[in-house]
Amino acid sequence: MNKSVFIGALTAAGLAAAAAPAATLDEVKERGVLNCGVSTGVPGFEAPNADGEWEGFDVDVCRAVAAAVLDDAKAVEFVPTTGKTRFTALASGEVDMLSRVTTWTFSRDVDLKFEFVGVNYYDGQGFMVPKELGVTSATELDGATVCIQTGTTTELNLADYFRVNNMSYEPVPIETQTEAQQQYLAGACDVYTTDSSALASVRSSFADASAHTILPEIISKEPLGPLVRHGDNEWGDIVRWTLNALIAAEELGVTSANIGELSAAAGDNPEINRLLGTEGNLGEMLGLDAQWAVRAISAGGNFGESFERHIGENTPIGLARGLNAQWTAGGLMYSPPFR
Amino acid sequence: MTTLSDPPKESFRLSMLLYDTRYRSMTIQVIALIGFSAFVWWLIGNTAQNMAALGKTLSFRFLWEPAGYDINQRLIEYSSQSSHFRAAMVGVLNTLVIAVLGCALATVLGIIIGVLRLSRNWIVARIMTVYVEMFRNVPVLLWIVLAMAIMIETQPAPRAFKGDDATASMIFDAVAITNRGVFVPAPSFTSGFASTGLNWLIVLLVFAASIFVVRLVRARATATQEATGIRPTTWYLQLGLLIVPTAIVLLVMGLQWTSPELKGFNFKGGLHLRNSLIALWLALSLYTAAFIAENVRSGIMAISKGQSEAAGALGLRPNRIMSLVVLPQALRVIIPPLISQYLNLTKNSSLAIAVGYMDITGTLMGISLNQTGRELETLLLGMLIYLTISLLISAAMNVYNARMQLVER
Repeated sequence: MNKSVFIGALTAAGLAAAAAPAATLDEVKERGVLNCGVSTGVPGFEAPNADGEWEGFDVDVCRAVAAAVLDDAKAVEFVPTTGKTRFTALASGEVDMLSRVTTWTFSRDVDLKFEFVGVNYYDGQGFMVPKELGVTSATELDGATVCIQTGTTTELNLADYFRVNNMSYEPVPIETQTEAQQQYLAGACDVYTTDSSALASVRSSFADASAHTILPEIISKEPLGPLVRHGDNEWGDIVRWTLNALIAAEELGVTSANIGELSAAAGDNPEINRLLGTEGNLGEMLGLDAQWAVRAISAGGNFGESFERHIGENTPIGLARGLNAQWTAGGLMYSPPFR
Repeated sequence: MTTLSDPPKESFRLSMLLYDTRYRSMTIQVIALIGFSAFVWWLIGNTAQNMAALGKTLSFRFLWEPAGYDINQRLIEYSSQSSHFRAAMVGVLNTLVIAVLGCALATVLGIIIGVLRLSRNWIVARIMTVYVEMFRNVPVLLWIVLAMAIMIETQPAPRAFKGDDATASMIFDAVAITNRGVFVPAPSFTSGFASTGLNWLIVLLVFAASIFVVRLVRARATATQEATGIRPTTWYLQLGLLIVPTAIVLLVMGLQWTSPELKGFNFKGGLHLRNSLIALWLALSLYTAAFIAENVRSGIMAISKGQSEAAGALGLRPNRIMSLVVLPQALRVIIPPLISQYLNLTKNSSLAIAVGYMDITGTLMGISLNQTGRELETLLLGMLIYLTISLLISAAMNVYNARMQLVER
């Protein structure tokens, strides 16, 4: 009797562990919470505020997805991951999506079996040095000690850049932004290198930000965006089109201020109508309801609003829109049509 | 007259497997073995199934692809174009370096502290007690991070050595202590063979030969002592044999010391002991020394007091009592737990990642894992490597233990 119970339990455990992964959408709905992987803290992009609540440009994407799927922008469990642990966390199903300054590359998309759903920040790798070093260009960095986060694309770009330019350097591998800051400020490394947006973000948190300069060279393309696992295309679609909804909302002039009015009844612009669900059944196609995009946009405003609030020129981080402006304003932000 | 007849032969019945004590233990063992095998089989099958669900296959081909990243401390030739395998080898060597340095320093410190803890001097004994309790009751990771923070925050940056108004200066113009590590003069040969490794091998061989000859001299002195009762004075001969041949070889090959010099951003020339190495080395040694000290103390206390009293009665001086009577016996108690401390230190060295020391955990199981996404493969390899290193240490120490053990007749 006891033995058969034991064997039965063992079989059940085996079957449960071996069962094919359930649809992420159903899992999230059942759980009532979206597990979103973020970094351990990049001010402006993702960092806990004074109340311990996560906020930032990447965090807004998580909140938008949670609002679209669960009708509650607060129903997000933020899982801090390092450059090293992020992919394992996503692949193992510990998080449903990653939204944490992660570069879209071929091998991550193809070999690591992830699906990048889009780009929410076009970035490039830069160098930050203390002004007192008198360095004005990255080509003068021969022999420098460079602080670098391990397990990132920046690590590989750095090796390539110095090799191609016939320069030597001493890499100091570190795990998190905080460690990098400590070493850099103490002078244990001359240079800190990472995505230039993150450099601006780190510099903004220094006591004396003006004593540090970001060199003009941008040595790589770093398109940063949210990603999900391969194999669950329905879930991938939801995250992709939530991001697109935020971008399209800015293009179409839908803001958190006027969205209530615009979504109340069908207006003159058919694309806005389709986006906000007053016309057509786009939400249904995604497996959600008609109001999904309304909730996503209301959660943290449209793409531009989120940008200005967290990392724009009026914030301590002070990033210009640049490449990240709408295509209509000379940038690269371009959402496919909602049709 | 009685006849002894055999009892009726019991035929084997299946129920005997359970009720007959002769067979029962075997039955249980067979069942346990089957259960264990089934569990292992299930684990492997489950892993394979999950890998398949993720669309991944077990493959070690990534080891031969270019690693793409740089490593600061490398004992063998390595560049970002080398393979992941090469990067793993660099990591293994770095692990071995920290293990050897750590075990050596921990043993020396441990013995000193262990002996001092038994000192009759109240203050010294108490201080050592505080040391032992403090170090072994705080996680080693904290000691490592603390040591690193001290290195980074209290030592001057290389640029403090620059210019006329330098706030820091080198010790004897040869050693520079900075927050990037310690720069010391490095030896090199001007007129040896082209390969540095070969040069050092020659020096080592000559030195080993000297030691061998010194041992011969000592053996002869002992023989003379046993034959005549008078031990010939040989210390000057021994000292000369130890130093002169090696010195001549070094002189012939043109040994020279290159001092570090501040050039550009960093000190160039000389040997760079990175602060990650120093922090890890000190923290691991100080931590493990606390445990070794306790082993040493227990070893010494295990020797009956009568032994030293008897030795004293024979007229031996206290330091000879320690070295000839107490320690040889104490070693037998000390060595087995010492093995496990060495193993602990080696395994704890995987915390190196906390300070960015590029050991096997940092290279193969860190960056390579992350850049290739081969979690299972890299972790399996890593476990295999640690297992091999640990078993080798165990084997070597067991041989030593067997030699030190009491020969029972």
